[in-house]
Amino acid sequence: MKGTLLAIILFVLTAIFLVIGYVSPIPSAVYFAGGKNLLQTPSTPEAAAGNIAYLIKVHRWEDAYNRLANKAQFSEGAFVRDVTGRYLSLRSFATLNKFDVTPLHESANNAEVLLHLHWSTVVGTFNSTRDVHLIKDGNSWKVDWPLFQEPHVPPQVIPMTYLRWTVIQPDSGDDWGAQNVAPPQVRIVDMRPVSRASGVVILGEMINQDVVPAWVSVRATLMGKNNSVIASAGSFDMISHKLLPKQVTPFMIRFPHVDLSQVTSVQMKPLAVLVQASASPVVEIVNQQFHPGANANLTGQLMNQSGEIVNFTHVLSTFYDKNGQVVWVAGEYVSRALLPGTPIDFNIPVPEDLAKQINSERTIVSTYSTGSPL
Amino acid sequence: MRLGSAIVLMGTLIVASGISRAQNIQLPQKVEAGKAFSIPTSGSGSATLYVVGPGQAIKREVSLGTPVSIPSGVLYAAGEYVVVLVKGSSRRTSTLQVVAQNQPDKLAFLAAPSRLPVDQQQGISGTVYVFDVYRNLITAPLPISFQLTDGSGSKQQTVTSSNGVAWTSMNSSGKEGNATFVASAGSVSIRRVIDEVPGEPCSLSISAHPAGKVLHLQTAPVVDCTGNPVPDGTIVTFTEKAGDSISTVDVPVKKGIASIDMPAVNGATFSVASGTMIGNEIRWGGR
Repeated sequence: MKGTLLAIILFVLTAIFLVIGYVSPIPSAVYFAGGKNLLQTPSTPEAAAGNIAYLIKVHRWEDAYNRLANKAQFSEGAFVRDVTGRYLSLRSFATLNKFDVTPLHESANNAEVLLHLHWSTVVGTFNSTRDVHLIKDGNSWKVDWPLFQEPHVPPQVIPMTYLRWTVIQPDSGDDWGAQNVAPPQVRIVDMRPVSRASGVVILGEMINQDVVPAWVSVRATLMGKNNSVIASAGSFDMISHKLLPKQVTPFMIRFPHVDLSQVTSVQMKPLAVLVQASASPVVEIVNQQFHPGANANLTGQLMNQSGEIVNFTHVLSTFYDKNGQVVWVAGEYVSRALLPGTPIDFNIPVPEDLAKQINSERTIVSTYSTGSPL
Repeated sequence: MRLGSAIVLMGTLIVASGISRAQNIQLPQKVEAGKAFSIPTSGSGSATLYVVGPGQAIKREVSLGTPVSIPSGVLYAAGEYVVVLVKGSSRRTSTLQVVAQNQPDKLAFLAAPSRLPVDQQQGISGTVYVFDVYRNLITAPLPISFQLTDGSGSKQQTVTSSNGVAWTSMNSSGKEGNATFVASAGSVSIRRVIDEVPGEPCSLSISAHPAGKVLHLQTAPVVDCTGNPVPDGTIVTFTEKAGDSISTVDVPVKKGIASIDMPAVNGATFSVASGTMIGNEIRWGGR
């Protein structure tokens, strides 16, 4: 009897849920069911811009392109390259996580909105904002897509005369005692633990004192009372791992949920390994400007002075107080490839509470090139 | 093969456990590794001879009353051996010292570091282990010669080995380049190469020349404190300060100098640094 009652209850509940799902489906369910109702009627500029962003998010490039008011001015391929990057870069592997639209201005037939795109990548998130113009066409709005004209490197042959180091290690056939190649000499020249709301942060700088390139990393261990280990962590990507001779890199190691008052000492362990490396590319960091106050940040441009395309660029800045002590270390991955002689903007946010202590900064870049421009 | 040796070894150990009940065998006090020698026996009939030591075990059927001959090259691993002669239930045991030959045949030479800055006091160390032809460590004292030849000439030291090891330390020269570090014992020698590299840049200075809308900045030849040019690839950082705006670029030294083109902004100051060395500052134009 009880089993029959339970079966009836389950049947009734299932029927109720089916009706609810049919009458008021959640948007993602509609999409995965093949429906297109996730797109809004473009009766407002916000809805029209949101539709384009949504279609970008789900990689429905053709649909997005066909909804643009100015599609006659460029091809669908150009539109895709604008969003994902013409050359292999962080954008090539990014996923549009979310977006939002901020209306700026609206008249009877024209509107301006800011389209904020929040991207996810394996190295974190990056944001891009497009100032989008919309045109009213009958009862609906259409986006006049602001195509980003990514510079194009014309076909050419660029001579490369950079330095390169190779390493020959002893092989297994050598006798015991055969000469090895000494690892590079690196030194931590500055280290400072900082207490933040999120926990303890270890800031510092490391120099390659040697005449050979080094792959470097640094690990910190926080020690508490009675020499007990509180936590141990490495710098991960908040360091420039490839250090050429006499090059200096900042580093930052985070210890979330650790109170600095518990820490009695910090053990630092730098690691340096000989690696094959080249001295190319040379990237100039121009027009660096620190903007204190609300939303403090460091802005500037990167200029690739070499002849090769740099696919991935990580900008790292060290901020110092008036005594030259490290106050903060921050970084940003550049989402687009760095083309020879073409400046690209960067923007590194700085915590507001630290901004007023900052007197100077030093910025470096670490790069990765696939070697063959796509 | 290994299994056979293990069985022989185990059997010998069992036999050797009764050593207190046995008589000694007359053996030479020391035998040089690899040299022929004989073990005298007394009595009559046949017996079994076991010679067990570090890394080697020998079993021979022998006729008592005639010396047992061990030919050259058979017992070659240095160390203390147990010799057991077994006949029926009786056994005789003794010990035999096999020592390394006094003639060096191979050297293991640990020279460190492979690379060091010029002018380092006692910066180069060399350690030699001396072995005979059978790879036995020769523990008898032997004169070992160390010779370091570099840009400033040749230095030599002779050290007597102790327990098979000899070591020394030497200064690096003031001139960069490859140094040859040779260790010799008797007629055997072994060679290592030590890379003596320039030290820290000693002074840095830049000059600026206009080239259109940019300034061509160039360092004077970058040298260390003993005048050696720093290696190509050494990073030199150029900084331009124009008002609140800063531009920096890390440039590798090429052919002794580092150069870069930077925007020619009137009133801008340019500075240069390499590692912890800071160079001069120049001001371009005026406001």
